[in-house]
Amino acid sequence: MNNPTDIKERVKKNIIWKSIFRRDYRNTVRDRAQAIFGNVFLHLHPVQVREGAVKLRFTWGMGGITFFAFIILVITGVVLMFYYHPSVSQAYSDIKDLEFQVPFGVILRNLHRWGAHFMVIVVMIHMFRVFMTGSYKAPRQFNWGVGVILLVLTFMLSFTGYLTPWDQLGFWAITVGTNMGAATPLLGYQGPFSEFLHITPFNDVRFALLGGSRVADNALLRAYIWHCVAIPLVSVILMFVHFWRVRKDGGISKPHK
Amino acid sequence: MNPFIEIITQPDNIAIVIMVILVSFFTVWAFQQAFQNDKLIAVGQPVDGENEGLVDTFKPLVRIELIIALAVMVFLTFWSIVVDAPLEEIANPTLTPNPAKAPWYFLGLQELLVYFDPWLAGVVLPSLIIVGLMAIPYIDINPKGNGYYSFEERKFAIITFSFGFFILWLLLIVIGVFFRGPGWLWYWPWQEWDHARVVFEPTRDFSTVFGIDSRSLPGFILGAIVVNGYLIGGMIAPYKYLKKKMPEFLKEFGMIRYIVTTSLFITMMSIPIKMVLRLVFLIKYIWITPWFNV
Ligand code: HEM
Repeated sequence: MNNPTDIKERVKKNIIWKSIFRRDYRNTVRDRAQAIFGNVFLHLHPVQVREGAVKLRFTWGMGGITFFAFIILVITGVVLMFYYHPSVSQAYSDIKDLEFQVPFGVILRNLHRWGAHFMVIVVMIHMFRVFMTGSYKAPRQFNWGVGVILLVLTFMLSFTGYLTPWDQLGFWAITVGTNMGAATPLLGYQGPFSEFLHITPFNDVRFALLGGSRVADNALLRAYIWHCVAIPLVSVILMFVHFWRVRKDGGISKPHK
Repeated sequence: MNPFIEIITQPDNIAIVIMVILVSFFTVWAFQQAFQNDKLIAVGQPVDGENEGLVDTFKPLVRIELIIALAVMVFLTFWSIVVDAPLEEIANPTLTPNPAKAPWYFLGLQELLVYFDPWLAGVVLPSLIIVGLMAIPYIDINPKGNGYYSFEERKFAIITFSFGFFILWLLLIVIGVFFRGPGWLWYWPWQEWDHARVVFEPTRDFSTVFGIDSRSLPGFILGAIVVNGYLIGGMIAPYKYLKKKMPEFLKEFGMIRYIVTTSLFITMMSIPIKMVLRLVFLIKYIWITPWFNV
């Protein structure tokens, strides 16, 4: 009764255990398959994959690493939201509080900041890998396109997050960045041909981005909502389209001659 | 401290150093596998992974994913313990930092502002990069090199992409981060930033080189000829070449694909051309019109 195998057996027979895991795992073909499609997270995978998919040298795991970086950012980001107000009067001191008041606040902020840099780096390397293996060729053309949008969204996620601490770095990076909006042909007040549409600093692209004609409270609120809600939502949806298509297009690409 | 060490150890710049290391590593790995496969193809052998069977996902793949996830977590945790994210002074709209830099991954585009007006550098070119990337699978009709690393079989695609990726994107980012100081002037990493430094660079326009006022009608006409000549010539010249050398390819490629590919290609090549004109010949604009300048 007191030896470990006994305890293990008893735990496995317990109704709570059984309700969670449903069946015993016996390392048979059937159970190995069941382990994948019986689990909502794992069933993104097929039950069997090519040998190459378990070797690092083909994909470098880069797409998976990008996704994992995104998960870390969502988790740390949600925790950060508990400590942050998107208003000019409070944002900066909230970040200072993270540094000096909140337990592990510094690590939390660091993880989010370096995780973001990391995701931008690995998504570019993922794209490079897909290019170098010619994996954008038929039948994966569409998924490459989905990937390009994900790349842009990754930049946008990082860019909108820049403003949130409301420090000099973010403020001026956003100022420089959104000034480009003013230069949009036709739709920006400094862009070519905009006079034909009666575009002014108060109705152009830059105004729409900032919710005003300068970087102020509205711009901070907009950046915050894009950063914490809108872009992550679109990204998650597209990531699932992306993963779905990886499988529907026949799994990780293999030499096709 | 040595200014170079100071620049690369700034917290946010450590990311760029990590990027350079990671990208170099994976580039070598990719090309090494490509050359290996090229050799196999040359002697008619199957490439890496061609005759592979299937394995169960559970556990080999699930295990390796878990290990990678843990490794990434350890790496990020270590990075976060060792380096603290900076927080600068509170935002002050009246105090413009010099230089005011965009986030690092946009510094390639900010660098383009030296050579192009904002509507081109900040709006048109980035949009075309996105469109161009998405177009790649539809304009690359070479069926070879699908699903394995290779170089010989798709030289043009790889060289063109690499030029865009390594030179026009990554190199310009590295320049923007490490070599641009106050006034967006060039600083070598061992030079101190000097906020009082002013460089008077007398730039001129293309037509002034020939003694024609670029804002006069003849200047306008000359500019129009050169710019449109580049665009039209760039459109026609490859066509003539292909028609002569690879007529079957051109036929298979089709007109729409040809026009899209060539437009994207001449747009991309306009960047290094404009850079040389600016850096070597100190030419700012080629064509000045009442509405926009190129
Ligand atoms: C948030 C960004 C992204 C995530 C989370 C992501 C995730 C993934 C994952 C997990 C895979 C499976 C294989 C692998 O790990 O390499 C994959 C494959 C793929 N990705 Fe991405 N990806 C992203 C962005 C991109 C980008 C920017 C591109 C290209 C422009 C792209 C194009 C592709 C293609 C074509 C495949 C199929 C490759 C094959 O079958 O070998 N993805 N992606």
